[in-house]
Amino acid sequence: MQPFTDEVVTNRDFLRSVFQSMLRARILENKLSSLYKAGKIVGGVYLGRGQEAVSATLGTSLIQGTDFFAPLIRDQAGRTAFGEPLLDCTRTYLGSVKGPMRGRDGNIHRGRPEMGMPAMISHLGAQVPVIAGMLFAKRLQGTLAGRVGATCIGDGATSTGAFHEGLNLAAIERLPMVVVIANNQFAYSTPNHRQFACADLVEKARGYGIGGFSVDGTDLMACASVIGEAVKRAREGAGPQMVVARLLRLSGHGEHDDGCYVPAEIRSGHYGRDCIEVAMRQLVDHRIATVDEILAWQNQFAEEVQRAVAQTQQEDVPDPYQEDWTALSTRFPLAQPSVQ
Amino acid sequence: MSVTYIDAIREAQEKLLREDDRVFLYGQDIATFGGAFKATKGLVEEFPNRAFDAPISEDAMIGMAVGAAIEGMRPIVEMQFADFSSIAFNQIVNQAATHFYRTGMPIPITIRLPSGGTPGSGPFHSQSMEGIYAQYPGLVVLTPATVSDAYYMLLDGVALDDPVIYCEHKFLYRWLKAKAINGDRLPIGQARITRPGKHATVVAYSAMVHEAVRAADRLSQDGWEIEVVDLRSVKPLDLDTILASVARTGRLLAVGEAFPWGGVTAEDVSRVTEEGFHLLDAPPQRLNARDTPVPYHPKLWAAHRPTPESICEALRKLLSF
Repeated sequence: MQPFTDEVVTNRDFLRSVFQSMLRARILENKLSSLYKAGKIVGGVYLGRGQEAVSATLGTSLIQGTDFFAPLIRDQAGRTAFGEPLLDCTRTYLGSVKGPMRGRDGNIHRGRPEMGMPAMISHLGAQVPVIAGMLFAKRLQGTLAGRVGATCIGDGATSTGAFHEGLNLAAIERLPMVVVIANNQFAYSTPNHRQFACADLVEKARGYGIGGFSVDGTDLMACASVIGEAVKRAREGAGPQMVVARLLRLSGHGEHDDGCYVPAEIRSGHYGRDCIEVAMRQLVDHRIATVDEILAWQNQFAEEVQRAVAQTQQEDVPDPYQEDWTALSTRFPLAQPSVQ
Repeated sequence: MSVTYIDAIREAQEKLLREDDRVFLYGQDIATFGGAFKATKGLVEEFPNRAFDAPISEDAMIGMAVGAAIEGMRPIVEMQFADFSSIAFNQIVNQAATHFYRTGMPIPITIRLPSGGTPGSGPFHSQSMEGIYAQYPGLVVLTPATVSDAYYMLLDGVALDDPVIYCEHKFLYRWLKAKAINGDRLPIGQARITRPGKHATVVAYSAMVHEAVRAADRLSQDGWEIEVVDLRSVKPLDLDTILASVARTGRLLAVGEAFPWGGVTAEDVSRVTEEGFHLLDAPPQRLNARDTPVPYHPKLWAAHRPTPESICEALRKLLSF
């Protein structure tokens, strides 16, 4: 894999945009953590700390309204970059009836399928064939050209049958799909060596007959060039692309978990560095953004997050007596056959 | 000229492909080969790029269909055997079935399950999965027993905006023939009185409707008039028709080919007991397959599932109260 850094540096707007999504997500997630610890969020809170560079780069590389994006558990930054409003997040976490899930599902289990962003289920790998199917539909409808579908998963999900079946299917159909594997080295508490036996997950790409890339997921510039290139290749018709980003999640699996199983030498090692600090330095060093600008963004995003939370907290939560309690859109009995 | 049950399934798919651009077919060996049972024979030639062979990946097949449905298509997925849908269970019950409730967007996919036993098919090519899927919210479960129902219920199932589990019985594929697809078309969710009677009600569905009618024929020689109700769809369940029948007969036997623990027959009996206890003159009875895997040998298999003999026996017991 050739470095594309020179080209990336010239794409200043892209990098500024990715970084803004990273920062916005981090500030939002810090707030979610506080709300959880204050007992304001029921259930779990699952953060993407340390994975923002990967997630936001993917989300920024996609075109909302054209592309499809199935985010997973640690993709707040990618969701934000793809255009999900902060309110979708706060409303889902706090159970507002105005949110996309209306209290029927919570936290990261949210989406807007009508806008190309399906809502994840908890079963890992399950979104891979869904994205493939969305793209397949566009092929049948004759509107696939120029479109990309992407999904993110973790190292743990690569062990699932769903991941294998879905990726193989996408490869057979040669769909314009990007699968980003955030290898954060631990699936909940299980380390890589209990998850797979190949030296590097990217080796799997060859087995599926698809493109494979590796990237340092803590390095914004590297992510921008590598993930950007994978998306570009998929869009140009080169078939599915796999990107394996190595990094470390800088929090527990959820906020209920302190991540004590991550050894100190890994925490203090290269991948234990904070991708936001790395990105900040890169932007300043390359004169893509100034420190003052970044501080201003920080204030702006903190205010946005505060506003979203405050607004959500004033909204209604679901009322079991108003709930229609039906899982089907069809109302039975049907009076007449619907098709003659 | 006659039309078989599987002809009806093929013709319904042909009509759907002809009349609805959103419909496409997906499944193992269903394109050029025409499917393991030939339910899609010739369709890819007639409709190129509308029928696709899938890899042996049941989970991904349904995940793919869900994605296609999100983007406006109406996929019909053929599981080669109902038994193999266990591999797709997660995508069916967690992805497709929860989608409308969670997001407000329904998922109009139809999953065809070649169901039920045939001699010599053994534990993994004989299962009846309707009860398992009916247990989950968000699915419509259809079990046609006649040639015309096989045809119309597939058309009507694909027209629904919700995920449909369409259980087609393999034994009926070529054994069941009709002169033509007739106009006796009921909406999904309505049961049919297949045979009127007054002494006892047998509630059945799919191939068991025919076994129940045979049993009823035999008992008629002794003067018993047995009413046979064909559920047609096990979910939604037409409790009104069942209760009306039990009101006439006072006696209920629920017959199903699936395993005996829980399931459709248990649902029939418990609902009637709950809402029509005062109508019953005898304890309601159930008759199912035995509580073992479906055996291979035809002699074992024939004793594993309900037969006209065992239905007669159950009815005699019911009538003796």
